[in-house]
Amino acid sequence: MEKFAQQLANGVTLGSVYALVALGYTMVYGIIGLINFAHGEVVMIGAMVATAIAAALAVAHPGMAPAIVFGLCLLLAIPVCMGVGWTAERIAYRPLRKAPRLSTLITAIGVSIILQNGAMMIWGRNYLNFPRVVEPVVYGIGSVRINSVQLVIILIAAAIMASLLVLVHRTRLGVAMRATAQNREVAGLMGINIDTVISSAFLVGSALAAVAGLMISVYYGVVNYYMGFMLGLKAFTAAVLGGIGNLGGAMLGGVLLGVIEALASGYVGDLTGGFMGSHYQDVFAFVVLVLVLIVRPAGLLGERVGDRA
Amino acid sequence: MNFHKRSVLVSALALCLGMGSSTVMAQTVDIKLGFAAPLTGPQSHYGEDMRNGIQLALAEANAKKIKVGGKVANFVLVIRDDQADPRIAVQVAQQLVDADIRGVLGHFNSGTSIPASRIYNEAGLPQISTATAPAYTKQGYNTTFRMLTSDTQQGGAVGRFMVKKLNVKKVAIIDDRTAYGQGLADQVEKAVKESGGQVVRREYTTDKATDFASILTNVRTAGADAIFYAGADAQSGPLKRQMQQLGITAPLLSGEMSRTDTFLRLAGPAAEGTYASLAGLPIDTMPGGKTFKADYKARFNMEPGIYSPYSYDGTWNMVAAIEKAGSADPAKYLPVLAQQQRKGLTSESIAYDAAGDLKEVAVTIYRVKGGKWEPAETAVGQAGK
Repeated sequence: MEKFAQQLANGVTLGSVYALVALGYTMVYGIIGLINFAHGEVVMIGAMVATAIAAALAVAHPGMAPAIVFGLCLLLAIPVCMGVGWTAERIAYRPLRKAPRLSTLITAIGVSIILQNGAMMIWGRNYLNFPRVVEPVVYGIGSVRINSVQLVIILIAAAIMASLLVLVHRTRLGVAMRATAQNREVAGLMGINIDTVISSAFLVGSALAAVAGLMISVYYGVVNYYMGFMLGLKAFTAAVLGGIGNLGGAMLGGVLLGVIEALASGYVGDLTGGFMGSHYQDVFAFVVLVLVLIVRPAGLLGERVGDRA
Repeated sequence: MNFHKRSVLVSALALCLGMGSSTVMAQTVDIKLGFAAPLTGPQSHYGEDMRNGIQLALAEANAKKIKVGGKVANFVLVIRDDQADPRIAVQVAQQLVDADIRGVLGHFNSGTSIPASRIYNEAGLPQISTATAPAYTKQGYNTTFRMLTSDTQQGGAVGRFMVKKLNVKKVAIIDDRTAYGQGLADQVEKAVKESGGQVVRREYTTDKATDFASILTNVRTAGADAIFYAGADAQSGPLKRQMQQLGITAPLLSGEMSRTDTFLRLAGPAAEGTYASLAGLPIDTMPGGKTFKADYKARFNMEPGIYSPYSYDGTWNMVAAIEKAGSADPAKYLPVLAQQQRKGLTSESIAYDAAGDLKEVAVTIYRVKGGKWEPAETAVGQAGK
């Protein structure tokens, strides 16, 4: 039971990061029907920038208050990620907006490879470490351990998701986004600037990616130029699990996927009598993806996906 | 016109130079040696260190103007990146054989050295590798040699150290499912059991993982007093960090791939108290350690890593065998290499047993103290143990 609770805590932390990244996928998909495979790389760039800033600060001003360090990391990582996301949309996806969907999908994979290799050229091939800015306080409930970093990750992810819901459902920009998602041409005829709306979806998604990037680098303490690939696939799976195009679905899918992964890798060894071990962790995410696509292609909360897919 | 004159002059000059070098060529003979290791990706720092050791040895050998068959030998290293990937390793092995090399220094990983060794064996090329998996020299090839201890030797030393010296009863073992990790983990398990300890949990991860929360939760539930990780520093660093986050106080032990500065950097302050084993003596107590350190620093402007002393010795073994045999023909110098005994940098006596394993093996256990690896225990093992 204790083990179960601990795995649950591990899973929720992992899941809230997946959820943040999945939101970026689902926002873009919801509006222009594009699976932006480069999104995982945007998270990686956010993580790299944040790590570079934190490392520089650790040398220049050791012992700076953690809140200021993280603030400065975000202050730079968010604009950089927004710039990357916006540029990708502007030069790679916008010219292909009327092209067959397969073309944009392949373009997205191309953008992803460019970003990955660009990051490799800038930051090198080695693992970089995020300096230990904050000493995590470990809380224990029974023998279940959860530390302050995990709690902060979960809380911040929840707060960001809540404000995103407010943005989409309560603001003019949100109305414009939803209108564009429903019918691009008609929304344009109603005076909505489609280009601005689509760009802002990329900007918001990329900002979320920057936050997720910082969280991952603080939590694991290591970043690498190819970390975005697997993370992107997992977040994509989370978005599909929840129902791609649906914001609530992305959040639910993310958390659920994190928990499934943690529990599956925690128990698979015992359940299969050692035939499969915890190194199959990554496999479970994709088993989930396949199952969802077979059993419920629209995802758990997705209903409007039928006319899109 | 002027331009035309100058180009005539240049070509005349080039002709002179060409003739000059061809007269030198008459007295020297190029001997190509192959080298393959991960030079890109998360394990590139290992490959780079190994390459530096080899280049240092070859530069010294060339400076000495060693005579092979009456001609001055000029050793040339043919370098290939195997990305630590067994499939790519087989491809680059074939490329090296096609490049007409006379011997192989590499590969770095067990998982790459083993599949590549078949190709070298078919070409009759001696291969000296940093592979530590026992299987590497147990394929029945006469061409496979080691630079380091095999995991039977290293794993045995660590397993006994845990039970006998740290008085640990319950051990959990995690490996990364590579040929290296799997082999080392099996040997540690065997040694722990033989010494009267108990392996309460075996867990697995991959050589690309960063999240260890769920396997560490299992380890904690099993109530292990010590955790052994068989794999690279890119995983053991974050693993140690996450152990602390989960409130695991049991010590972490690992193999030589974790006894690196990268581990210290990735684990941060959590590294304190971690143990790692490494074949051979600490570099400062090696017979030629101090000179090597200075030469390495002068040439590459950085501290030597843990593999370069061994790749340096391995290279000299091959060069010495070629010199002694008076021929770079693999068929001629292979028997010399298998038989020779020489004093090297890492050991007073470097010699191979019938399988190609090192005969005399010291294993040192290091511990992180004050953010540095400090020798904690030296155990001398014997071949086949």
